[in-house]
Amino acid sequence: MRDTPLSNCERLFLLKAIEEKKRLDGRQTYDYRNIKITFGTDYGCCIVELGKTRVLCQVSCELVPPKDSRPTEGIMFFNLELSPMASPAFEPNRQSELLVLLNRQLERCLRNSKCIDTESLCVVSGEKVWQIRVDVHVLNHDGNLMDAASIAAISALSHFRRPDVAIQGQDVTVFSPEERDPIPLSIYHMPICVSFAFFLQGSYLLVDPCEREERVKDGLLVIAMNKHQEICSIQSSGGIMLLKDQVLRCSKIASVKVSEISELINKALENDRKIRKEGGKFGFAESMPKERITTLKRDKAPVEMTDVEETANDIVNRTETTTEVVPSPVLVATGTAQVGEGIVNSWGLDEDEEDEPLTEDRKTDEVMIISDSEEEEVVILNEEAQKSKKKK
Amino acid sequence: MAGLELLSDQGYRLDGRKAPELRKVQARMSVFAQADGSAYLEQGNTKALAVVYGPHETRGSRSKSLHDRAVINCQYSMATFSTAERKRRPHGDRKSSEMSLHLKQTFEAAVLTELYPRSQIDIYVKILQADGGNYSACVNAATLALVDAGIPMRDYVCACTAGFVEDTALADLCHAEESGGGTSLALALLPRSGNIALLQMDARLHQDHLSALMEAAMTACKGLSKVLDGVVRQHLEEVSVLTSE
Repeated sequence: MRDTPLSNCERLFLLKAIEEKKRLDGRQTYDYRNIKITFGTDYGCCIVELGKTRVLCQVSCELVPPKDSRPTEGIMFFNLELSPMASPAFEPNRQSELLVLLNRQLERCLRNSKCIDTESLCVVSGEKVWQIRVDVHVLNHDGNLMDAASIAAISALSHFRRPDVAIQGQDVTVFSPEERDPIPLSIYHMPICVSFAFFLQGSYLLVDPCEREERVKDGLLVIAMNKHQEICSIQSSGGIMLLKDQVLRCSKIASVKVSEISELINKALENDRKIRKEGGKFGFAESMPKERITTLKRDKAPVEMTDVEETANDIVNRTETTTEVVPSPVLVATGTAQVGEGIVNSWGLDEDEEDEPLTEDRKTDEVMIISDSEEEEVVILNEEAQKSKKKK
Repeated sequence: MAGLELLSDQGYRLDGRKAPELRKVQARMSVFAQADGSAYLEQGNTKALAVVYGPHETRGSRSKSLHDRAVINCQYSMATFSTAERKRRPHGDRKSSEMSLHLKQTFEAAVLTELYPRSQIDIYVKILQADGGNYSACVNAATLALVDAGIPMRDYVCACTAGFVEDTALADLCHAEESGGGTSLALALLPRSGNIALLQMDARLHQDHLSALMEAAMTACKGLSKVLDGVVRQHLEEVSVLTSE
């Protein structure tokens, strides 16, 4: 299904608001929306909510023979899917540009930056290695899928535990979680993507664009960083022209945001670990508030209201009262009332009809013929009733 | 490949270049008679071929045409014999699709598309031999092909890669340097205004080094633009000599 196109007035409104440094939900230029990370009952399952954008990530593992070129390293496989439930624009089985871009960016952010120690995933060199598969599903699209996907992926990878293996000669025994505790993956660092949207030929930029803002953007710059201030990947897209100092400024902003988000992820992981240890209830069902309507829930949006009243009063006082006098309706006959006199017919009629003067002294009990009909005779129905009324 | 150091103590790289030196660039324009514009470019051992058709009427679905601009359609593919191991899928895989998208965005920013509403410009690029800097070679070859086709552009689009080894920025990486695990930054630049049309970087780099790396890439691009300009002028001289008689 095609997505509804953005109307011109909506586009102009959004651009005008961005020029005045105002956003639809009242955020500042560099503010992120509320990030909520919840883990499921299985290890390696995580849902990230970035405002209304919701992304689910699941990590799983499998023993496979390794690649020929790298016999001692494990394999990482990333897959991002745009589920049709996320947005009417996403159709199943259609490889759109957005899907390719998101997949490649996710791969670049997590694989090329070597955040996971792949050598530790080797079980038997050249024969069996662990293949870690990261599946990201977009559940709701409200802008900035890249950031949400990267946060979900790295949180899920940090949360995941793989089964323990024991090697005795040529025998490989994989222990189930009941026999031996599963082992977490060894993660060197947590790369997180930060998206910057550029508007109006690069003069304005916004962090974490929502879906509406994304539609009017000129281009996008995605910087993946970790909290040690190392840039893992930069990607500019959308055909905007950037200047070198713009990119440097963005990287500085990104480092601040990334440290905040890393804090959040670590705290969420800590909480989950504590709850599991204490034997409390955990999982997705716990994270959703019970007995509350969730679909129509709206968070309070901090909108600037300081001078709204003054501006409104200003506008009201400035407008002059209309001098037009509207006459009250006159009841001319049963079922016929008249308001005003009407203007002269300007449809280009014959000469003599134009000179017909407007009769001001109309007798109220005279029946008015208000019709444009071309017929010679106009028959007035209900004549007897009229006459009887007059007599009374 | 242990023991191959990317930068020796005397400051020489694997192929004997110094850190900011570019590889030898050789290019020819108008290599195909059928296409509106074509160019063949060699950057060291990387060989790229670019062909431009257009501007012509939008083929295929009418809905793709824009009422006020031309649509640029790019396809990037690598020949199966271009890499050391034979490539089984030359186009259609994710990396090629992503490269095609990036090329399209780069040229949409540089070409004056407002002059050709409701039409389409096709750019096809093929890598014949890949030795590092595939994207840059494509962009440079495509720029020459667009100039050959006579399509107006804001400026030359020059692209170059840059890497970072031991606090020194290297310009124009070859395949061994790229896959060595170090940083590699690909940058497409419009030299006169200094505007960056595309920026792509993989692998870890500390934030403080970013400025130096970008500076190295931008200087390399500006040097490359002079080379491309020389190629265009020489080609025009040859053509005018042939047609003036």
